[in-house]
Amino acid sequence: MTTQIRCGFLPLLDAAILIAAREKGFTEAQNIDLSLVRETSWANVRDRLAVGHFDAAHILAPMPLAANLGLTAIGQKLIVPMALGLGGNAITVSNKLYAQLREPDIGDPAEAGQRLAALIAEPDAPKLRFAVVHPFSAHNFELRYWLGASGISPDRDVDIVVLPPTLVPDALSAQSIDGYCVGEPWNTLAVRAGMGRILTTKNAIWASSPEKVLAVPEALLDDNPDVIASLVCALTASAHWCSDRANAEALAEMMAKPDYLDKPEADIRAALLGPAGYEPFARAATFPWQSHALWLYSQMVRWGMAEHSAVNSHAAMQTYRPDLYRAALANVDVAVPAANAKVEGALASPDQVGAHTRGAPGALLMGPDGFFDGLSFDPDQLDRYLAAYEGTAGKVPQN
Amino acid sequence: MLEGSPSVLVIDTQPARAAIIEDGLRAAGYDRVEIITEITGIAQKIEASAPDVIVMDLGNPNRDMLEDMLRITRAVKRPVAMFVDQSDKQSMEQAIEAGVSAYVVDGLRKDRVRTIMEMAISRFNAFSRLERELESAKSALSERTTIDKAKRLIMASRGLDEDAAYGLLRTTAMNQNRRMVEVAEGLLMSAAILGDGGRQT
Repeated sequence: MTTQIRCGFLPLLDAAILIAAREKGFTEAQNIDLSLVRETSWANVRDRLAVGHFDAAHILAPMPLAANLGLTAIGQKLIVPMALGLGGNAITVSNKLYAQLREPDIGDPAEAGQRLAALIAEPDAPKLRFAVVHPFSAHNFELRYWLGASGISPDRDVDIVVLPPTLVPDALSAQSIDGYCVGEPWNTLAVRAGMGRILTTKNAIWASSPEKVLAVPEALLDDNPDVIASLVCALTASAHWCSDRANAEALAEMMAKPDYLDKPEADIRAALLGPAGYEPFARAATFPWQSHALWLYSQMVRWGMAEHSAVNSHAAMQTYRPDLYRAALANVDVAVPAANAKVEGALASPDQVGAHTRGAPGALLMGPDGFFDGLSFDPDQLDRYLAAYEGTAGKVPQN
Repeated sequence: MLEGSPSVLVIDTQPARAAIIEDGLRAAGYDRVEIITEITGIAQKIEASAPDVIVMDLGNPNRDMLEDMLRITRAVKRPVAMFVDQSDKQSMEQAIEAGVSAYVVDGLRKDRVRTIMEMAISRFNAFSRLERELESAKSALSERTTIDKAKRLIMASRGLDEDAAYGLLRTTAMNQNRRMVEVAEGLLMSAAILGDGGRQT
């Protein structure tokens, strides 16, 4: 029997797994009729999930956490049975700012940060303005993390504004912002149009870091748990297909369609293969690491968006459901990490970690997963991690 | 005018729709209504008008920006919630169906908010209906133009008068079980390709 799933998405590169799942028949093979509904704002995605218009959604990783912590308008409990990839964001700046920073190495956020700090410290320096697409986004948190670790207070030394992704390249060329941290293809599009340059990437700030996730209402777990498992299976098969570079051309072609991204195929292909390094499958890219959830939560606390308590951190962690992911893929030839959480920053270079395939022990190539400032995040030491940032005005932590 | 009626700010990039909502609100006795159709400088505008209720269309990609602004700038002095009552799922659904959202300052009387929302929802729906009617009127107009063109083509190529040309089109359509406009389109297209006005002799 076929189950209908209505899934909301925003026209971004990391909607790839969902788009290919429908277009290549991965959902159909799991008896799911997946309809994809393009939305214009994350608030609309959230609201339509809440009133039951959507059964699932492509959503910014911190949004389900914010919803479960009661921080957003409609308090609907959401769960995350899988992630929708790693990387795929970048910080793009105006050509002018790029020249002022003397064209730093794209893979060296520390260098770019030092030069930016020096520029800001100059007498009579104008206050720079950066854009992100949503306060509860990995973009906001990685931009702030990079600024803070570079000795720049995100709240005092620069302005951070929220703009829809469709408007950021125009805002950059109109000089109403100096840079932005946004998902692809909006960095590649600006670069290819000559409007700006990529200063550094999400992967350079935090290697193998999370971006979008699949969110479903918690109620679906009671109503139809099997459909969650089928969806995870279908999307995993799709992610595998998407990660094969030999399919980049076909993927770009389907994503370019008017119903999806509605952008030139060449730009989408360039974004798929570009420096922002979107990874849909390898390195356990779709595994919902509870350490990712907790790091995102730690940033909400750090920037005053959430109040830290044992109850809240538990709620954040439990939003991510590696158990559902594991159960869904129990009979599939995919290596699934053995742990639910990991120390972020433990792997300086790629390494084999413990995993299971069809229940049999094995290994999975993971990492690197470090932060550019050399600090790591141990989810078991959350209190200590947070305490180090207290009273730093959002800058470098006290050890 | 209602005694101490709440002030309403309508943010809609479609001026025509914003105007009919304003009209509806004024007719219902809400005389403190402002409209913003331009997104630039929206923060200052909201701060200046300090509304009790903000009505915004869901098609606006700036919704995330607006929510963030309400969250941090305290442009609206008291905390804001969305929709009438978060537990009132039905009215929320109706609002989303209609394509409208609202932000309401905490503590505002629920019946007041409800009236405003009901007004916005019904006017949004009326506007969509109007748009659909306009759309079909437009396409009806263009259909008539197409049929007229084809008719003139037949008149010129066959030397028929207007009524006979129209009759020929209609008979062809009936015989082929197609709509007249389809026959007319086919005729015009083939004439354009052949470049001879569809002359038969």
